[in-house]
Amino acid sequence: MTQGIAISSAAQIERRPVPPSVHRKRFLLTIARHAGLIAVAAIFIAPLIFVVLTSLMTNEQAVTPSFWPRPFQWSNFAEVFHRIPFLRYTWNTAQIALLSTLGVVLSCVPVAYALARMRWRGRQISFIVVLSTIMLPIQVTIVPLYVIWVRLGQIGHMTPLILPSFLGDAFSIFLLRQFFLTIPEELSDAARVDGATEFQIMTRVIVPLAKPAIAAVALFNFLYNWNDLFAPLLFLGENQKLWTLSLALTEFQQRHGTEWNLTMAASLMILIPVIILFFLAQRAFVEGVTLTGVKG
Amino acid sequence: MAAITASAPSAAPFAEAAAVPRRPRRRNVRYGLTVLLFMSPWIVGFLFLILYPMVSSLYFSFTKYSLLEAPKWIGFQNYVLMFTRDPLFWQAFRNTIWIIAVGVPLRIVFGIFTAWLLTLPRSGSRTYRTLYFLPSMATPAAAALAFVLVFNPAFGPVNQILRGIGVQDPPLWFYGPNSSKWGLVLLGLWGVGDAMIIFLAGLLDVPRQLYEAADIEGANGRQKFRFVTLPMLSPVIFFSTVIGVIYGFQLFTQAYAASLATSGSSVSDAAANLGSPQGSMLFYSIYLYQQGFQDFRMGYASALAWVLFIITMICTLLIIRGSRRWVHYQGGGFK
Repeated sequence: MTQGIAISSAAQIERRPVPPSVHRKRFLLTIARHAGLIAVAAIFIAPLIFVVLTSLMTNEQAVTPSFWPRPFQWSNFAEVFHRIPFLRYTWNTAQIALLSTLGVVLSCVPVAYALARMRWRGRQISFIVVLSTIMLPIQVTIVPLYVIWVRLGQIGHMTPLILPSFLGDAFSIFLLRQFFLTIPEELSDAARVDGATEFQIMTRVIVPLAKPAIAAVALFNFLYNWNDLFAPLLFLGENQKLWTLSLALTEFQQRHGTEWNLTMAASLMILIPVIILFFLAQRAFVEGVTLTGVKG
Repeated sequence: MAAITASAPSAAPFAEAAAVPRRPRRRNVRYGLTVLLFMSPWIVGFLFLILYPMVSSLYFSFTKYSLLEAPKWIGFQNYVLMFTRDPLFWQAFRNTIWIIAVGVPLRIVFGIFTAWLLTLPRSGSRTYRTLYFLPSMATPAAAALAFVLVFNPAFGPVNQILRGIGVQDPPLWFYGPNSSKWGLVLLGLWGVGDAMIIFLAGLLDVPRQLYEAADIEGANGRQKFRFVTLPMLSPVIFFSTVIGVIYGFQLFTQAYAASLATSGSSVSDAAANLGSPQGSMLFYSIYLYQQGFQDFRMGYASALAWVLFIITMICTLLIIRGSRRWVHYQGGGFK
C-alpha cells in the first residue's frame, strides 16, 4: 500500500538527494555501529588469540606478563606428541563421537517418524514421556548405570559411551519430530497411494526432506561427544589407552601444570578440529540451534 | 505406550467410507508392528537406561552401598545426614544456587545484547555472527584451562589490563575463593553463542508493523524495547531460563577442569582438591561425582541425585508457573 503511494509520487517528484548533513550522520552512525560490533568481536576472539600466542612461547616466557612470543617456539606442538599419545587420543575421541552420532541418527529418525507421522494410540503420551526425559538430570541415573556397566565388565571400554546412543536420545528425537511435523502430509499420502510402506516413506520421502534437521542433530551429537568430559572420566578413567582428548587434557594439565605453553598447545590442537567443523557446517549449526529455541 | 494399535485407518465413520472397503485386520496389525519396530530403540532405551536406573537409584538412596558389598537398607539416613550433618552438601548447594542466580540472568542479558548488536549492520553481519558464535563451541575443558590462564592473577592479560587502568588489587579470579565463581560466569558469557542465536532468531521474528505502530504513537527506543521487543522475546527468554537452570545444576566440566588446574595437585590426590580454592568451586555435580565415584558412597550419591532431581523439578515448575504472568505467546499461544 505504501509502496503504491511511493511509486506514484516518485513519478512526479524527482528523488531529492540526501542532504550532506543527513548523509554524514548516517555514515557516522554506521561507523559507530561497526566499531561497537568490532569491539565485542575482539572480546570474543581475544582469549583464542592469547591461547595461540601462549602455545608458541617458551616455557619461561609463558609465565611472564609479556605477550608476543620471543622466540616463536613451534616445537611445542611436537613436544605435546612426545609427552602424550595425542594421535591415539584423537582417534579414540573421533571413534566415540562418530559411532555415537551414527547411533543417534539411526535410532532417533524412526522414533521421530513414528511420533510425528504415524497415528497410533499412546502416541501423545509417548511424546510427553520423551519430552520429560530431556529435563532429567543425568546424575539421577548415573549410579545404577555405572553399576550395570561394572557388572557387565565394560568399565574401561568404549561400550558405555557408544552403545546408549543406539537406543535413542530424547533431545534429538524431539528436534527431529518438530521438523518432521513441518513436512506436508500430502507427500506421505501420495506415496501411500503409490503403495509405499511406512519404511519406504520414511527413507525416500521424509529423510531426504529433513536433511537440515538430521545434519543439525548429527553435528550436535558429534560436538557433544567430542567435548564431553563427564562420561569418559567415569567410564574410561582407569584405561589410559582409551582416553579421550578432554580427559587427556585435564590429566596433562595436572602432570605438566606449570608448562602453560604445552597445555595451551594441546588445548589448541583439541579446539582446531571443532573450529574447522564449525566453518564447514556453520549454516547447519545456526539453523539447528534456531530450531531448538524457536520451535521449543 | 502399552497399547500400540493402529487407530488411523479404521477411523472414518463417514458415509463415503462405507463404499471404500475396510482395510483388512492384517494391515492394522502390520501397521502396529511397524510403529512398535520404529519405536523400539527408544522403548528399550527408556526401560534400561532411564526407568530401571531411576527406580534403582531411588532404592540405592535408602541404602549404604559401596559397590563391593551388597546394598544395606538404612532408611532415610542418607537424607538426614545430607540435610543435618553434611556442611559440604550445603556448600555445594549454595555454590550451585549462586552460579545459577548470577549466571543465568547475565547470560540472558548478554545474549539479548549481542543478538541486538547483530541486527544493526546492513552488511557484514554474517562475519560478526560467526565470530560471536564460535566460542560457544569450544571444548569446555580446553576453554576452562584457557580462562584460568587468561585470568591468571600474576601474569594473565586481564589483570595486567586492570592494573594498567589503575585497579589496585585486581581479583585473584580462579585462584581466589571469592572470585573463582565469577571466572566461571565470565566463561559462560564467553560461550553465550547458542543462546544468542536463539535470541537473534527471536528478534528477527518480531513483526515490523509493531515497531511502526509504536513509532506512530511516539514511543522512544527504550519504550519500544520494553513494550514491543521484550514481550515478543519472552517465550525465548522463558525457554533459556528453564534450560539455563536445568544445566546450571549439572555444571561439571568447566568447574572440574578449572579447580584441578588451580589446585596444582597431582592426579593421585585430585579427589581432595575438587572444588578448590577452598570449596568455592564445589558444585552439586562435582560433589556427587566425588561421593559416588571417588569415595564410592553409591547410596549417598544416589540420595544426592534424587535431591537434585527434585530441586530441578521444583525450580522448573516455579519458572513455568511464574511465566504465565510475563510470557507472551503471539496468537494466544499454546496451553
